[in-house]
Formats: sequence, C-alpha cells, structure tokens
Amino acid sequence: MSLTLEAVRLALEPFVLSVDAAAGTGVTALFGASGAGKTSLLEVVAGLRRPEEGRVVLNGRVLDDAGRGLHVPPRLRRVGYVPQDDTLFPHLSVAANLAYARGASARDRARAVDVLELGPLLPRRPASLSGGERRRVALARALLASPEILLLDEPLTGLDAPLKARVLAHLRRVREEFAIPTLYVSHAPEEVLALADDVLVLERGAVARRGAPADVFELAAEPAYRLRSV
Amino acid sequence: MRIPTRRRSWTPGIASLAAALALGWLLARRAFPGKALVETLVALPLVMPPVATGLLLLKLLGRRGPLGRAVLTLFGTDLAFTWRAVVAAMMVMSLPLLVRSARVAFEEVSPRLEAIARTLGAGEARVLVTVTLPLAMRGIVAGLLLAFARALGEFGATILVAGNIPGRTTTLATGIYGYVQLGQDASAFRLLAASVAIAFLAVFAGELFLRRRRA
Repeated sequence: MSLTLEAVRLALEPFVLSVDAAAGTGVTALFGASGAGKTSLLEVVAGLRRPEEGRVVLNGRVLDDAGRGLHVPPRLRRVGYVPQDDTLFPHLSVAANLAYARGASARDRARAVDVLELGPLLPRRPASLSGGERRRVALARALLASPEILLLDEPLTGLDAPLKARVLAHLRRVREEFAIPTLYVSHAPEEVLALADDVLVLERGAVARRGAPADVFELAAEPAYRLRSV
Repeated sequence: MRIPTRRRSWTPGIASLAAALALGWLLARRAFPGKALVETLVALPLVMPPVATGLLLLKLLGRRGPLGRAVLTLFGTDLAFTWRAVVAAMMVMSLPLLVRSARVAFEEVSPRLEAIARTLGAGEARVLVTVTLPLAMRGIVAGLLLAFARALGEFGATILVAGNIPGRTTTLATGIYGYVQLGQDASAFRLLAASVAIAFLAVFAGELFLRRRRA
C-alpha cells in the first residue's frame, strides 16, 4: 500500500472527517457528493490541513502522527497536488510555472511536456489559456515535483464535454506513462469508471463503501434528450 | 542655499520600505495579541494634525526627550533640528500609507497560491520572493508612490521637529515657505519647479511600472 490513513480525524463543519483507509499503487477514486469531505482529505494528505488524530503514512514514511505531534510540512512531503481551483502562478509563463517544481530531470520535464502536449503553450501566460489547458499545465507541474503520490481534485469539473474527453485522454496517458499512485477526487461515476482501479465512497466525512468501480456503480437508466431534426 | 530634500525625501522611503512591508505582511497574514492596537497606532499619523505629530516627535527626539537623550548619550549626536529629524518626520508621516497599501496588496495574494508553492517544494523564503512579493508588487509600488508624495510634501511635522535651517534641515516644502516669507519669489519658484519635476518623474515612473505589470 502506498498511502495509509490510520484513524485520521479532523473536525469540519458540520461533521467530523474520520477515515481509516489505504490506497494502492494505482488510481484510487474518492467519490462522494459535494461537501462529503473529499477535498479536505486531499488537503490532509498534502499537508495543508493537520489531522487532530491519527496517522498519515506514505510509502512507509510517516507524514502525520497527531499522537506524537509530528507533521511533515507540505514542501517535504513529495506530493503532487492539483487543486480544483486555478492555482497556476499568474505572473509566470507556463514554462516558468513548470520550472517552479524542482527535482525533475530534463528528460522527465520533456516527457511531461510531450505527454500533456504543452509545447506550444510554454511561452504563454496562464490568463491566455483555456480551462482544459490550465488543467494540463497544473497536472504537468505537479508531476514535475517528483511526487510519490498525485492528488487530483476534480480535474474535469467545469469543462465542457469535448474538453473533458481530451483531458481524460491526457489523464489516461499520464497514468500509463508515469505510473504514480493517485488519489482522484470526483463526484462523476463515469470518470471513476474510466480511470480508477479502486473507489472509496465518502459520506459526511467517513468511508461508506469501498471496492472496484464496477462493483460500486451500476448503469442507471436515465432519460436522454436531444434536439429534434428540422 | 543648499537643498538636501532630494536625498532626504528618498531616504525615509527606502528606510521605511522593509519595515513597512514586514508590518503590512504581518497585519495581512498573522493574528497576534494587540493587533488592533498596532493597526490603530500605525494609522494615527494619518488622522492627527501633522503639527501635533511633530510636537510629539519633538518631545521624543529633543535633548530632553527619551530617545533624543539616549542617542546623545550613546553617540554624542543630536536628533532634533538635524537632518535626522527630517527623516524621522517623513518616515512617521509616510509609513502609514505604505503599510496600509502593502497590507491590502498582501491580502489580495491568494493564500492558495502560496500553499501550492509549498507543495511544489518551496520553503517560506522562496514562496515570499517568488510568489507573494511579485503578486503584491503593484499594490506595494502604488503605496510607495503615495508614501513618497507624502514625504515630499511633508511640512507640519518637519517644521516643528527639524525647523527650517538653511543647508541643514530645509526641505522642498519648508524651503518654498521660507523663500516666500523672505519675499524671494524667484528662489521659491525654482524650488517649485524642482518639486514639479520630481513629483512628475516619480508618478510617471510609477505609472509606467504599473502599466507594464498590468500588461
């Protein structure tokens, strides 16, 4: 197991995040409705929130141990965190944003730029990028921090259908090329089915179910509409 | 008459910068006991009549004042009615503007960006230099312009704590006042022209900088 959350507890409004779980070497989806505690859990792993109880262990390295007062700061955790909100540095070009993450070799850098098709974007500023392009740059930047785990918070939210499909294809390529254990937050079953090996269903801060995506989800019959031909 | 204003109105600006930025950052980013009191004290010179601030400074920096006496004993140097008093008056009068602008500028930098920088391996110093300061720079420069303008035009506090001693404590503002009092209009106009030129250059350079960063 790459990531272990041992009785992690953190008081949130209006419930207590309380998770005892482990994530493997593939893609583990954190699935749940908005406000279920998914993002807070990612922030605990990233070190941006400190658990009040429990331990966070990544590849045998203890990142948090509330009992001993141990908290490894975010800069030393080696996590690649891609939050839902836009967090590219607006005053830096795409190339400088990517260079901000130190630790990757030139070869890895070139590979990330190639896999996520960022070459033409390198001289541009984030303000001139589309939503999908921004997500790809943020993903590449996180990859270049040489992370031991990727934390992706709803990377497809807010994108229209064609863009979603493109970014999803890029995420698949990242998964194949880099093979970094990933925690993937989503509230869309189709994304989870397309990407994840394992699902943790969060409800009000606690893991309600866990299993393979095909075992957790079933196809719901939904009425579909389209424009009539004229 | 030697007019030392140019050098001496820059000096408080530069000397105040580090302290004002640190204070602005502290007020924007940290909670600490007595924060409201510090905020009030910093803003006080903006609200008080400059002459009243000057009187306070005089009582503080004069030979019988606590600071003035201590400096005289330790270094054998007077503070009141020297160029040091000019600098002190300008600093006290312009610092609040810089602190307030810096505080607003720091508050506008998203803490999320700083947090992400940390997850990318950056320590606090690198976050400050590469993320916080560049993103707050427009507000800081705008505050610097305001503070510079306030220092350049400072009169009330300066005249009280430093007087208007030709070649020693005369500033552009007190110099113009002195020449007009003596009926030396030509000299007063020369200083007026110098004031306009300095103010124009400072504001123009500031605007250029702000436009460049906006682009």
